[in-house]
Amino acid sequence: MEAYLEIIILFVLLALGYIFGQSREKSHYRSIIKRESQLRSIPVIASKILPDEFLPCQTQLVTGNVVISVDYFKKFVAGLRSIVGGRIASYESLIDRARREAVLRMKQEARKLNADYVFNIKMETSSISKGREDSIGSVEVLAYGTAVVIEKENTPASEPAKEDAAGINFRTA
Amino acid sequence: MIITTLEYVPGKTITKHLGLVQGSTVRAKHVGKDILAGIKNVFGGELKAYTELLQESREEAIERMKQQAQATGANAILNIRFSTSSISQGASEIFTYGTAVVLD
Repeated sequence: MEAYLEIIILFVLLALGYIFGQSREKSHYRSIIKRESQLRSIPVIASKILPDEFLPCQTQLVTGNVVISVDYFKKFVAGLRSIVGGRIASYESLIDRARREAVLRMKQEARKLNADYVFNIKMETSSISKGREDSIGSVEVLAYGTAVVIEKENTPASEPAKEDAAGINFRTA
Repeated sequence: MIITTLEYVPGKTITKHLGLVQGSTVRAKHVGKDILAGIKNVFGGELKAYTELLQESREEAIERMKQQAQATGANAILNIRFSTSSISQGASEIFTYGTAVVLD
């Protein structure tokens, strides 16, 4: 009897994890894609050196972080997968969401500063659980970089030219 | 105090290097939030309490690093890096370090 109960509980948890986890993942991806297109006008660049054309400019540290939890279904699928080995797609999407979300939050902070670019972005990933059993499974991502605000002395305050070409329009001043 | 991930500050020159400065902090949320996070583990989604925890720790670590830099007389910290680790479940450590310099 108890064995049945355990199986029923397992299936209920799996079903809950699947239904809620998948719907949350879908809505999260929708919101990520939407905000990514809104923030495309602030390019994020991994380079350490600013082009000379950007001078004079102000720089400031911007950061973004997020902690995303696994769901029961993902955990179960990953457990099965680790028997045979190979790609764990259920965790890949989790980490992808966390990274993109952290970068978006960093960009949102940069937008508040009216930044034009974010330079030298670094990312730090870790997990609160560190792979232990019985602990909380989650992935935390911290993204940080330097927001560059180009001082516009000879150009008007609003710059419509910057928004075009999907935001990757490097100024050639 | 200028804090940047770049190795220099555009348009300014470094007049003096003051060496490494660092700041770290370990913080935890109360047990209620940990239990809620445990429940969230079934459903998935963002753990807002832990996001907040991480954010608070980061600000604290930066603040400590800043104080250390000010004590040495620096006016900027260059090339900063963050590092996170977990000491125990529900606690997070954030460590930040950089080079303190004097800019003119």
